[in-house]
Amino acid sequence: MGELNTAMIERYRNSFLKEVEANVEEGEWVKMCMQCGVCSGSCPLGKFWEHPPQEIFMMIRAGKREAVLQSESVWMCTSCYNCIVRCPRELPITHIMHGLAHYAKRLGLVPKTNPTAKFAQMFWDNLMVKGRVNELKLGLALYFMNGFGDGIKVALKNQKLGMAMMKTGRMNPKEAFGGHAVKDLAGFHKVLKKAQELEDARIAQNGPPAGA
Amino acid sequence: MAAEKKLAGYICTGCGIGERLDAKQLQAVATREGKLPSVKQHPMLCGAEGVKLIQDDIDAGNATHIMIAACSRRSKVEAFSFPTVAMSRANLREGVIWSRPAGDAHQETTQEMADDYIRMAAAEIKFMTVPESSGEQELNKTLLVVGGGMTGMTAAVEAAKAGYPVHLVCDEPVLGGVWKDLYKRVPFRAAAFDVPGGNDVDLPQPEDPGLDDLIEQVMANGRITVHLNAKITKTSGAPGRFSADISVDSGRTLTENFGAIVQATDYKPYDANQLPEFAYGTTPDVLTNFEFERLAKQANGAVIKRPSDGREVKSVAFIQCAGQRSSNAGHLPYCSGFCCTESIKQAMYFKAQNPGCDATILFDDLRTPGAAGEDFYRSGQQAMVTFTKGQASAVVAADGDLRVKFKDLILNEDTEMVCDLVVLATGQVPNTGPDPYAQLAVDEAPTEEEKAAARAALAVAPPSILNLDYRQGTDLPHLKHGFVDSHFICFPYETRRTGIYAAGPVRRPMDLKQAMDDAVGATMKAIQSLENAARGSAAHPRVGDLSYPRFRKEGCTQCKRCTVECPFGAINEDEQRYPQFNESRCRRCGTCMGACPVRVISFDNYSVDTVGQQLKAVDVPDEFSEKPRILCLACENDAYPALDMAAQSGEHITPFVRVIPVRCLGSVSLSWVTDALNSGYDGIVLMGCRRDDDYQCHFVRGSAMAAERLSKVGDTLTQLNLETERVAVHEVAITDLKRAPAILNEMAETITRIGMSPFKF
Repeated sequence: MGELNTAMIERYRNSFLKEVEANVEEGEWVKMCMQCGVCSGSCPLGKFWEHPPQEIFMMIRAGKREAVLQSESVWMCTSCYNCIVRCPRELPITHIMHGLAHYAKRLGLVPKTNPTAKFAQMFWDNLMVKGRVNELKLGLALYFMNGFGDGIKVALKNQKLGMAMMKTGRMNPKEAFGGHAVKDLAGFHKVLKKAQELEDARIAQNGPPAGA
Repeated sequence: MAAEKKLAGYICTGCGIGERLDAKQLQAVATREGKLPSVKQHPMLCGAEGVKLIQDDIDAGNATHIMIAACSRRSKVEAFSFPTVAMSRANLREGVIWSRPAGDAHQETTQEMADDYIRMAAAEIKFMTVPESSGEQELNKTLLVVGGGMTGMTAAVEAAKAGYPVHLVCDEPVLGGVWKDLYKRVPFRAAAFDVPGGNDVDLPQPEDPGLDDLIEQVMANGRITVHLNAKITKTSGAPGRFSADISVDSGRTLTENFGAIVQATDYKPYDANQLPEFAYGTTPDVLTNFEFERLAKQANGAVIKRPSDGREVKSVAFIQCAGQRSSNAGHLPYCSGFCCTESIKQAMYFKAQNPGCDATILFDDLRTPGAAGEDFYRSGQQAMVTFTKGQASAVVAADGDLRVKFKDLILNEDTEMVCDLVVLATGQVPNTGPDPYAQLAVDEAPTEEEKAAARAALAVAPPSILNLDYRQGTDLPHLKHGFVDSHFICFPYETRRTGIYAAGPVRRPMDLKQAMDDAVGATMKAIQSLENAARGSAAHPRVGDLSYPRFRKEGCTQCKRCTVECPFGAINEDEQRYPQFNESRCRRCGTCMGACPVRVISFDNYSVDTVGQQLKAVDVPDEFSEKPRILCLACENDAYPALDMAAQSGEHITPFVRVIPVRCLGSVSLSWVTDALNSGYDGIVLMGCRRDDDYQCHFVRGSAMAAERLSKVGDTLTQLNLETERVAVHEVAITDLKRAPAILNEMAETITRIGMSPFKF
């Protein structure tokens, strides 16, 4: 992480806003926020955020780079789109939150223990194997996320539910061993590879980090 | 005045009046009790046939004073327009049948109500004469515009366009006033609507101020005479016949006559020396918005440099509300309403002229009035101006940098920023003359001590601008903070000196666009005023009224209450110290009539008698009848329409009330109150307009005067051994459709509780 991060700081100095504009999806909208606070008031998880969206936007303008990118807040968004619907300035707030999270991930600034970020990585890794989400494996991985003992405990707690799901054909225990894939797995990986290339090109176009 | 009064009554039975009321009885009341020699009925009096019935009588010389018993006097005014005769109206529709429930149980009291209104209108008409103008009027189409700024120039150009000659008086050697330093102006246009590609495409940008163009228009216009370096040293007269002495610096004085005057003296920039906390005066890199505009004009599109060392400005902070919206001594308590858009504009200069410059606007509430307003704010945001909701507390100059200490109100933390230049968004101080009532306070202070205090207040007052030779002071009266008083909602340009119109920031703080729009409005009003004055008819709100106060000199005691209390300064004093009415300055409110303790002031169609006789004409049943009588004197501007509209919307009122419209509560003579109490009325309700600083009185001070006079009525009641609840004064707005009837019904309940008046004869 370190190298890219330091380079970015060097490049934009106190204008974090410009950095966001250049690197964050929909980041060019941040400057148009008029600080009315409707987004923060509309967010169903607003009270659990350390910094609700309005504050995040203000922090970007105030140049609080680390506080924003290392914040847990941008990972709190559940994509309910309440804020987008209500923003009088029509800012795509949900997209900006995800854009900031994504940028933080690129820079390696995501807080280590953030559960949303962890789950997002698990989901991605799971998806990449067979081109579809293996729910049984993803579920199990989630159980054991916080260690083996904890995983067993959670599994036992959900025993009844699991049995019922198996009985009604909602869960196939065989999926735990390999699991089935999408029809053209190689093609799927090709698509993603191409997407990655395009994304890298876009990032490169925004300019290589200064001093790189 | 007509030689012989020929009275005639007309009763309309349309709109349900004939079905709900006994028309025969109404006719009998009008003939026998009202003593009208001719009374005619018609099923639709306002129709062509009905109007012809009346007109034929008038044309034949059989009717010079007519009583029309039909709808409210506010309805069918076009149909019932007979300017050659005196007319009274009995309000049987809104006043009786629409405000009373139908049914036998209510029939008796409802009919009594109608009978009384006929008696009242018949009594009133006997004391009216046909209003005639005084005949001293003439048409003077020339306008005087005071102030050579953008506001004044706009006023002059607009008047000239409408065909009226103008004299434009400017106290500086060049035109432009406070606006002449503008490099660019806040855009006048809003963003286009529904632009393909989104709302943020094609947002308005700072534009050419248009000053040179306007000056050229003024100088080239044959109807406009410009006086530079000139002052008004004396103004006298009245609308239609103002005379002003225009004195030029060279010593020459020119006397010109005018029909009306527009005062467009704009504002003075706030003195930022009162802001030491922002390091103003200690470093040239802290400027006011006015000073910075000059700097920008000098830069003329090139890189903007610091005044101190000529270094290119790389970061700038704008401090909004500097010395404004604050109760601190020396600060302006109000919002100047133009500085937010002004700062956005100035921040955009940096974005356009100084590459890579950071521009931050520290605001508490960003207020962007005007056409471009919000669009221009977005324009600034698009240009990457940083808007920070923060409250600046101090600016410290150190090592060539400026540190702005502020509290970030969103992040809730005390912080600071370093920048090269600080611009203070300071406000507008109205450029008005001294408040005439401050002067009057000196003249009329009873003790030497109070005189000294009033003098001290006057000593800090600005010099006079108009130098009016009115008894009531040299300039336009203020409301607060030095702004000219005007009826803010209904007649914003009408000042308290008829025929003199305030335009632009003298009225309230505003930006250039609003000031120029204001100039157009005020000019149109000034033109109306001089045209009305030529006809001898009133200005707002009694437009077209020809009546004016007449006074019986023999009875006058020279108490001067009328001259002092006239809200419009219409009354001077002659050499013998008698009041001298200037009828075209008069707004016909009748506040003088209400003030006069010896009742010598009257109008042709409105006098102590026209109302006094109405209230005496009401049939007052005896103490044991359980039919109390409540007199309601309702202001014709708000309260009376409110009652009419309440009736239209089906609100019911007590059948015991008798409503008499008055021109303004200020015209209410206390004799009406005492007469009513002596005649056995059980309660009196007075309804006027709101009277505090946010007053809605159409005659500015009328309602307040009335409240002051009536505050002593309690003593009278106590002397008569009557309960003080019997007289109530209420502030009623035109929207009080539910409340106005409720007030009357409440009084009826009060009477039931405290009992009938013992003064029934």
